[in-house]
Amino acid sequence: MSIFKDKQYLRVNVDKAPDDSLWMKCKACGELVFKRRVRENSNICPSCGEYFFLTVEERIEMLVDADSFDNISKSIEADDPLHFVDRTSYQDRIEKAQGLTGLPDAIVVGRATITQSPVVLAVMDFRFIGGSMGSVMGEQICHGMETAIEDRCPFILVSSSGGARLQEGLFSLLQMAKTAAVRAKLAEAGLPFISIMTYPTSGGVQASIASLGDIIIAERGAMIGFAGRRVIQFTIAQELPADYQTDAFAFEHGAIDRVVQRANMREELSSLLGFFVEVA
Amino acid sequence: MSDERTLDLLETKIEELKQLNAMDGIDLSGEITKLEKKLVELRRKLYSNLSDWERVKIARNPKRPYALDYIKLMFDGFYEIHGDRMIGDDRALLTGLAQLDGRTVMLVAQQKGRTTEENKERYFGMTRPQGYRKAVRAMKLAERFSFPVVTLIDTPGAYPGVESEASNIGGAIAESLLAMSQLRTPIVSVVIGEGGSGGALAIGLADRVLMLENAVYSVITPEGAAAILWKEKDRSQEAAAALQLTAEHLLQLGLIDGVIPEPLGGAHKDFAMTVAALKPSVVGLLDELRSLGIDELLDARFRRYRAVGSFRELGTSHEASSSDEKVSSENEADAAIISNDSPDA
Ligand SMILES: [Zn+2]
Repeated sequence: MSIFKDKQYLRVNVDKAPDDSLWMKCKACGELVFKRRVRENSNICPSCGEYFFLTVEERIEMLVDADSFDNISKSIEADDPLHFVDRTSYQDRIEKAQGLTGLPDAIVVGRATITQSPVVLAVMDFRFIGGSMGSVMGEQICHGMETAIEDRCPFILVSSSGGARLQEGLFSLLQMAKTAAVRAKLAEAGLPFISIMTYPTSGGVQASIASLGDIIIAERGAMIGFAGRRVIQFTIAQELPADYQTDAFAFEHGAIDRVVQRANMREELSSLLGFFVEVA
Repeated sequence: MSDERTLDLLETKIEELKQLNAMDGIDLSGEITKLEKKLVELRRKLYSNLSDWERVKIARNPKRPYALDYIKLMFDGFYEIHGDRMIGDDRALLTGLAQLDGRTVMLVAQQKGRTTEENKERYFGMTRPQGYRKAVRAMKLAERFSFPVVTLIDTPGAYPGVESEASNIGGAIAESLLAMSQLRTPIVSVVIGEGGSGGALAIGLADRVLMLENAVYSVITPEGAAAILWKEKDRSQEAAAALQLTAEHLLQLGLIDGVIPEPLGGAHKDFAMTVAALKPSVVGLLDELRSLGIDELLDARFRRYRAVGSFRELGTSHEASSSDEKVSSENEADAAIISNDSPDA
């Protein structure tokens, strides 16, 4: 744990990837693509348009004014209240994920500006146990909203999560209630909450805080929904349409406000925030 | 022969003897007393040491009292209200006014079915978006007249089908949580059977949360956890234990406020006795909550949920207790999809 002892766990570590090869194979189209071109293209396959995951650092870099991000995450980590062990222990999963991501848990919160407008921004990292929401994520989201209330500025949450963190049992489930309760305070304070859903926004995160945005924006290519395909087939054996839980499906059925290309997201936020300048 | 089977036979035998006793004027009471004693002993042996998995099975037992049974036995004059005013009326979640101990309450209760026909109507107790939206409508109605809300939780989970997604089931659950966190009237929730994940919590954000002794409340079913984390369905027993989903565990973890004792063998053995244990607790809690000022109540509710969670200062006390377990990169990949495909996790 020594590497997390100071609060400098968030490094914008573009070059941290262990694989230094110049080329990568796109999982979607199978093409060998030049890594630098992928990066320059907002981490989207230049050949087929497939969106690749963004790390927290990449996502933040892509959304906010250069060098404006100030990490204000609480200095906390999971403490395994159930002493959960399945095929491996939760403790081990946490350590592995911390080693992999350089993050204490699956979310980072900070102050930043977007075209000079101050915001509080919270970003999830799917690489950290599927971006799952346990006690730490719940606390960090609430901390983010409370900071936005203190600062009287908008709160932006970028979700990338499979849902609740199973290894914390009911503690995880109750984070849905916790984040909803604090979200109500943000509304009482009259401050806007912009929820950005990326691939994937599902389960307990989609069924709580992510769906409570004043404005909900999906990144193109997002997967949005409550119960995954496997669950449906397992529980009620229903045939699923091809567009099931896609951004288009959510939009078509009125669950979200807008769908935005990744490369346009900063501009999108910038113009949206412009409407709320007088509020904050 | 299993102990359960012996128990059933013994019960039948006693019943027969009692009938004979009544009919023929033959005195069999000595025999009956003897058998009844044996029955109690056997029950005690069988039920005093239930595993978590056994409690899951009791919680799902279709003979168990369902919402409508409580409505009949514990409340007076249930006046059901229907429909979400948008899509339709979910028969897996009932709402309505009723009297509890002479005072009006709003009931929000999940209802399973026992027969195939009933289960078709009730979607096996799985609530759909129109159910949660009806619940919010009912709760807001209650708020306008300062009627306290009592919710009875009993669901395997929210209904996960395509029609549910098309009506934004996740959004409906989220809106219910938001509404309950702000509702200006007391809320008491009771998990009477299965507390299935977000589908249960959606009507469970309350000032006080009770569980029946054999009820379970979990982020995911043991079967789901076994499939996702253990990759083996038959590890459900282990998963049930690991999830700490029983009333006793959750009370110890400080996540619920009280456990209502059930008759030996489970609530289905004696509905009246179960209701007799539950009713005074709910009445007492409502009295207590009504005595608080509304702002005080809302403040306490907020603090309760704001505080829920378990974490530690970064880098503090770290026992490498389990670091000798092998973790493969495959495990990491499994972990990464934990709940993307888990039953409404
Ligand atoms: Zn491609």
